[in-house]
Amino acid sequence: MDIDTLMTTLGEQSFFAGLRPEHMVVLASTAEEVEYGGGVEIFEEGGHADAAYLILEGAVALELHVSHRAHHIVQTLHEGEVLGWGWLFPPHRWSFSARTLEPTKVVRFDAVQLRAAWDSDCELGYEMMKRFAEVMTSRLKATRLQLVDFYGNTH
Amino acid sequence: METLTEPAVIDQMTPIPFKVQSVREELSHTFTLELEPPNGDFSFQPGQFTMLYAFGIGEVPISISSSATRETTLLQTIRRTGAVTHALGTLKSGDYVGIRGPYGRPWPMKEAKGRDLLIIGGGIGLAPLRPAIYHALENRADYERVVVLYGTRTPDDILFETELRRWGDRTDITTLITVDAADRGWYGAVGVVTRLIGRVGFDPLNTTAMVCGPEIMMTVTAERLMEGYAVAPENIYVTMERNMKCGIGVCGHCQFGSKFICTDGAVFSYKEVGHLFDIKGV
Amino acid sequence: MSEMYVSGQSGIGRLIQALAERGHRVIGPVVRNKALVYDEINGVEDLPKGWTDLQEPGRYRLEQRGDEKLFGYVVGSASWKQFLNPPETVLWSGTINPEGFMTDPAPEPPKYAFFGVRPCEVAALGVLDKVYATSNGLPSMAGYSAIREQAFIVAVNCVEPGGNCFCVSMDTGPTARGGHDIVITEIAHNGNMRYLIESGTAAGAEVLDGMANLEEPTKSEIEARDYFLTEAAAAMGRTLEVDGLPELLKGNARNPRWDSIADRCLACANCTMVCPTCFCNTVDDNLSLDGTHATRTRKWDSCFTLGFSYMHGRPMREGIGARYRQWITHKLATWVDQFEEMGCVGCGRCITWCPVGIDITQEAAAIRRADLRDTPIGIGGFV
Repeated sequence: MDIDTLMTTLGEQSFFAGLRPEHMVVLASTAEEVEYGGGVEIFEEGGHADAAYLILEGAVALELHVSHRAHHIVQTLHEGEVLGWGWLFPPHRWSFSARTLEPTKVVRFDAVQLRAAWDSDCELGYEMMKRFAEVMTSRLKATRLQLVDFYGNTH
Repeated sequence: METLTEPAVIDQMTPIPFKVQSVREELSHTFTLELEPPNGDFSFQPGQFTMLYAFGIGEVPISISSSATRETTLLQTIRRTGAVTHALGTLKSGDYVGIRGPYGRPWPMKEAKGRDLLIIGGGIGLAPLRPAIYHALENRADYERVVVLYGTRTPDDILFETELRRWGDRTDITTLITVDAADRGWYGAVGVVTRLIGRVGFDPLNTTAMVCGPEIMMTVTAERLMEGYAVAPENIYVTMERNMKCGIGVCGHCQFGSKFICTDGAVFSYKEVGHLFDIKGV
Repeated sequence: MSEMYVSGQSGIGRLIQALAERGHRVIGPVVRNKALVYDEINGVEDLPKGWTDLQEPGRYRLEQRGDEKLFGYVVGSASWKQFLNPPETVLWSGTINPEGFMTDPAPEPPKYAFFGVRPCEVAALGVLDKVYATSNGLPSMAGYSAIREQAFIVAVNCVEPGGNCFCVSMDTGPTARGGHDIVITEIAHNGNMRYLIESGTAAGAEVLDGMANLEEPTKSEIEARDYFLTEAAAAMGRTLEVDGLPELLKGNARNPRWDSIADRCLACANCTMVCPTCFCNTVDDNLSLDGTHATRTRKWDSCFTLGFSYMHGRPMREGIGARYRQWITHKLATWVDQFEEMGCVGCGRCITWCPVGIDITQEAAAIRRADLRDTPIGIGGFV
């Protein structure tokens, strides 16, 4: 897929809204579009985190292996959402497994190239870190609300 | 003594006997009573509730879950939480319950005409929304987009699952379900119900949201709609619940700030009651 | 057009008689168990001649006045609401059978004449009337309405306010503002006890028209009445500053002052039981041992009890501070939103009968002194 098509694809995603064109070029140059069938493991808990993902179509379950209940789904991610930040910080390992729930199309960003690009252009790096921080904050908030168990039975 | 099918004395505290036609177990702890009105007629509006009386045990406010037009019986979906709801849960077909009502302000179905409907339920909070959903489907042309978002604890706790699935197959209504926790084998969404909002299309400036669920679920949903999408608080409706003994504004129990939940609500716009959620012990 | 007469104490006796002859059960002030209570009276000799009640925060005692006054006391220990909405009333009883419920016949409502109703108490009846009016176009409290409609009200103006009185602040007294059938003013005039008796309604005028030996009041008797009532208005035991009070209380929901009240308040609910306007009630259900006969009994309830706000396994108003805040904010603030008036008439009973002497007027003043509306803590509230 050529870089122009990728830039168009990324430009349609709200996660990248307002980014400068030259930054979009840099990001697109680290990216490729990947399609998965349903029930496919994109990455595995504990594995080497070598990429970031943005979901274009489909749905992905984040799973945690809990010995007594096999695979616990922590959260599902859907169109327009970023997937994975284990690649951001050492030791670059995935905390969860990601498995598609249905045929899913993603953009995959190469982690090594992405980190290098952000390090060399701090403005891009800071802008992307802000966006990731916002995603992390809202996911954390959502997770906390899940923990409240507010539909829980009253006895 | 006389047998009453209609009250001889018009006293709103007199329960009217309704015959139980069927009892359906919905979920663990949750069941639906199908009740036969004494003269075959019981008119109400979506979002209203009744005071439901278990003979000699007590009375509880329960929202109506039947469609106002498609069902001739009165449906009340109840969770076993206390003495009265447990007693109601032991009834069999042919038994009698007492009914007073319908009471309370309904969902703003009329005011929402020409607008997108965002119907968001949590847990058993789907029950009072069911009449609103059927009203929207039966008067489909009155509304723009109709969206139902439902959150519950686990895949085993999905109320009215068959109907949700049926609505999910329709093209004139968008239905999404999410659960807080699931294991592999569940192919739906996992996450707090507010995460569904971003996945559906609606026009925030022309949307009426109807939200029903636990209080915290309603507040986080309303806050998300206001902060994330600029839906105005006067267009977000929630339904409140408090201890209630009369349903007609005279027992004083259900006061919430200046409001009597039974007569001023139980449906309120977030503009009317949103500020009260922040104060402990109102 | 109201009619005005004057009489001595014998005229009061004849008025009681006239009401009894019209089929009223006459209820008035009597001394019982060292307290002034309202109960059935048969004549002027049942009235508390020469007695008064000293009232202070958390303090009450009867004393001999050393005069012949019939109405020289402040106010009954419990209010008239006990007759209109009794502490316990059977709402409904019936039997269950295969065809439904068979309702037991309900008793006829009693026909009362309330004799010696203070102006603040007449006002309280008006407050209750609004609360218990109608809902969905039907009477909300059929029992209350049935008794209320038949009740004849004989008010007695206050010429000697008590230590906990603040009806002037609430604009309910010391002169009756209407809502009575007859109003009496007791004055000591030229060494005699004189009673100015005025009609307030056509029913009141009709009763007075039927009574013999009532005299026309003299100009000096009317002047004396006006003098005593003006003096009474200036002699209130307490003051409640009502200006801006609803907004003040609603805007101070987070004021730490509520915690300081919670340290003193016992949540005993005395204030709500003696209050002439506190209307909250609960329903108690009973079932016969064989499970066929049920009784639903309405009982007074209080927002000070833990169970009052109980829902899904826990009370919503867990702390006493939240309960006191609910009570006073309702009385003096949210009641205005609900019924376009305050739910307090200034009778002072809640102050007298509070075991620790918490004073509604002082607590409202304390919030006013510590108003937090313009601080970050004050943001939000009930407003």
